[in-house]
Amino acid sequence: MAKIFIYPATSLILSDMVTRFGHKPLGSAIAVRERVQTPGLESPPLQITPEEPKKGLRWAAVEVPAGVRGRMALYGPMIGECDAAIIINNADLAFGCMGCARTNELLKFLLRQKDIPRLELEYPRNEAEGVQFVTAVKKFLSDLGGKK
Amino acid sequence: MTEYTPANVGTVTRYVVVESWNVTPADVAIRAYEIAHGVMVKENCFGLVVMGTEEEVDRVIAEVRKLDPNHIFVKDRGFPPGDARRCRASLGGARPGFHGIEFEMGILPYISHGLDKTENLDTASVPALQQAAPDRRLDVYTLKKMIDAQEP
Repeated sequence: MAKIFIYPATSLILSDMVTRFGHKPLGSAIAVRERVQTPGLESPPLQITPEEPKKGLRWAAVEVPAGVRGRMALYGPMIGECDAAIIINNADLAFGCMGCARTNELLKFLLRQKDIPRLELEYPRNEAEGVQFVTAVKKFLSDLGGKK
Repeated sequence: MTEYTPANVGTVTRYVVVESWNVTPADVAIRAYEIAHGVMVKENCFGLVVMGTEEEVDRVIAEVRKLDPNHIFVKDRGFPPGDARRCRASLGGARPGFHGIEFEMGILPYISHGLDKTENLDTASVPALQQAAPDRRLDVYTLKKMIDAQEP
């Protein structure tokens, strides 16, 4: 079972398909759960404390906005941990504020820099593209040793 | 600063999203309640939220998936069900994160179709991946042409 980083990190489709074909998806829910279940100081809603932008310094420089560094504190360790990645490009779902946009750019950059198997796709727009999408994901995950 | 003591430590929460024409979230909820054994099951408009130990949650999900395997989708969630920081009962409006699921629910029929078609397909017989699709976003020149075409 390989650990697959999914982008967009909140994607239901990728999360489901990675689990369905026998691997472990790494997405934002995992990082948020870790913080929500860890005791400390109350910092609602996501339990992101002032410590997170400091941890984010590992992936982004000090002049980068704290929003990007805070987000990187969630995603950075998972990028280090992942064995492969699936990226959906031009996803409307990933649209957000400048903090999200810059974090997304950095995430994709780091995934492309890392020497791991990587699958880049776009969301399907019809049934024929749906078949192509599922086939590509299935083949990619089977080649990593998942369920056939 | 207040001290934070987390609840439900060691549990996992997962969404079960139902996108099927012959199984409703209520059907899935009834099946989940039948086999829950201490797992918290909450029914909502698009499926269920299931919380418990990882093994138990996986067991319940594996069982409810059998109702319509290619039309029931599962995703992790960070917060437990009904958490005041996320639940719309305390915040009002749609729950943050719902819009993501709402967006992908429009694509799920294509994924279900793909899963149906590729169910018995051997991955060895699948042709190699094509080149990455060209950028399908509307470029500014095409937009300008469209605007000009609208002018009287």
